[in-house]
Amino acid sequence: MKLITAIIKPFKSDDIREALSDLGVSGMTLTEVKGFGRQKGHTELYRGAEYVIDFLPKVKLEVAVEDSLVDQVVEAICKAANTGQIGDGKIFVSNLEQTIRIRTGETGNDAL
Amino acid sequence: MLTKLLNLKSLSTLLLLMVPSVASAQDLSGGNTAWILTSTALVLFMTLPGLSLFYGGLVRTKNVLSVLMQCFAIAVVISILWLVVGYSIAFGPSESAYWGGLSKALFNGVNINSMSGDIPETVFASFQMTFAIITPALIVGAFVERIKFSAMLLFTSLWTLIVYFPIANWVWGGGWLGQMGLIDFAGGTVVHITAGVGALVTAIVIGPRKDFLSASTLPHNLTMSFTGAAMLWVGWFGFNAGSALAADGAAGMAMFVTHISAATGALTWMVIEWLKFGKPSGLGAITGMVAGLATITPASGSVGPAGALIVGLSGGVICYYATMYLKQTVKIDDSLDVFPVHGVGGMVGTFLAGILVSGNLGLFSGNGLPDGMTIGSQVGVQLTGIAATVIYTAIVTFVLLKVVGALTSGIRISEEQEQKGCDISDHDEKGYSM
Repeated sequence: MKLITAIIKPFKSDDIREALSDLGVSGMTLTEVKGFGRQKGHTELYRGAEYVIDFLPKVKLEVAVEDSLVDQVVEAICKAANTGQIGDGKIFVSNLEQTIRIRTGETGNDAL
Repeated sequence: MLTKLLNLKSLSTLLLLMVPSVASAQDLSGGNTAWILTSTALVLFMTLPGLSLFYGGLVRTKNVLSVLMQCFAIAVVISILWLVVGYSIAFGPSESAYWGGLSKALFNGVNINSMSGDIPETVFASFQMTFAIITPALIVGAFVERIKFSAMLLFTSLWTLIVYFPIANWVWGGGWLGQMGLIDFAGGTVVHITAGVGALVTAIVIGPRKDFLSASTLPHNLTMSFTGAAMLWVGWFGFNAGSALAADGAAGMAMFVTHISAATGALTWMVIEWLKFGKPSGLGAITGMVAGLATITPASGSVGPAGALIVGLSGGVICYYATMYLKQTVKIDDSLDVFPVHGVGGMVGTFLAGILVSGNLGLFSGNGLPDGMTIGSQVGVQLTGIAATVIYTAIVTFVLLKVVGALTSGIRISEEQEQKGCDISDHDEKGYSM
């Protein structure tokens, strides 16, 4: 099992949810986060004074999948989140040791 | 049936009018009284909740409640102070040109039959009280996010006692500036210059916020500020048109020029930002509105409709550059820009009133200069009024801050408390639990 964590542009969340549902992914977690990468921040204007905002709003998507689905899921996220502009985000893939469904106690792939 | 009733009613009114009046010129005017009662509510509404929301939205989440509380507490304490000595100092019958004496302390002798012109004295005194409330509340914008609540309350009380009440007497209570012929219809000197200069001195004495000019100090809720600003606009009708102390043509003109100046100030600020930064900002628009309103305030009883356009434009442009200069160049943390908007606006308006009052300016004519005055002599009086208000306010504010600092062992909260925010540090509660 792998945990796929993607930092994406907020307005792309719906596209990604749809793309992943089509692949049979049955659950995911979205978090509103702030951060910066190569895009850096942006400026805001208050009473004629410009302020540099270092952290931009992004969405963090976390989805746990069985090993066989990893490549397809990564590809789907890449495709759905891509605008070609700087600031499209990143995807991190990490090993997942165990998954447990709280209601039934199922573990492993059965719990995904 | 209804028509018949109305006819009967108007007939009886007519009959009443035909009875020779035995009373003096002090006869109560129901219309005037009704309008000043309404205006009193409108002006109180400017502070509670108008100004409170406007200011509350401009600070950070951790300080929102402290700002609401400061405005509220000022309203509470100044009302009591008004009853005890304020009304007497400002409008008492003393012959002195500098204060009204103490003979009306605790409203001594004021009862339901007392008159002030053709309205009840209680109505006049209540209306004036709401001006005494909003003036120190305006200063809150200078020291938000870092003042000790006890120091804030003591300072604003003493300031109102020693700065506001006497200056109200000088201009409106029969004092020396009024006798000299100063045109200040609704409080350019009495309210806006005193508050603005008081704010500037306070901002310098208390020092900047820890992270002044960094993005972390940005407004937390501009929706709240917009709501408060809109309330200020509406309430200002009571402030300026109510200052006619009658429901008459002067009130109507004051209301209209006030509105035009507010709109012009807002548009001016938007256009400047648009040209300079490529986008007009919402905060810019409402700040320009307040600048237009503050600037027309002293002039609202003198200028004509086209004159109001000049007043709003001047207020918008000058207050904009004053705000830039004070914050970006001089780097004084008058946090919510009280001086550049109210102080500068009040000065510009008081000055312009001396010119635009003239009846000989064609389309831009005002209501006419007082007998024996020229534009030159009137402007001289206006400048004297501005200078006297600025100098007196600056000196007394500085001394008061030092006295209050000594009494409360420093007017400022500690760096750690500032980090936590005034809500927790001053009141042990939070504005939001989300």
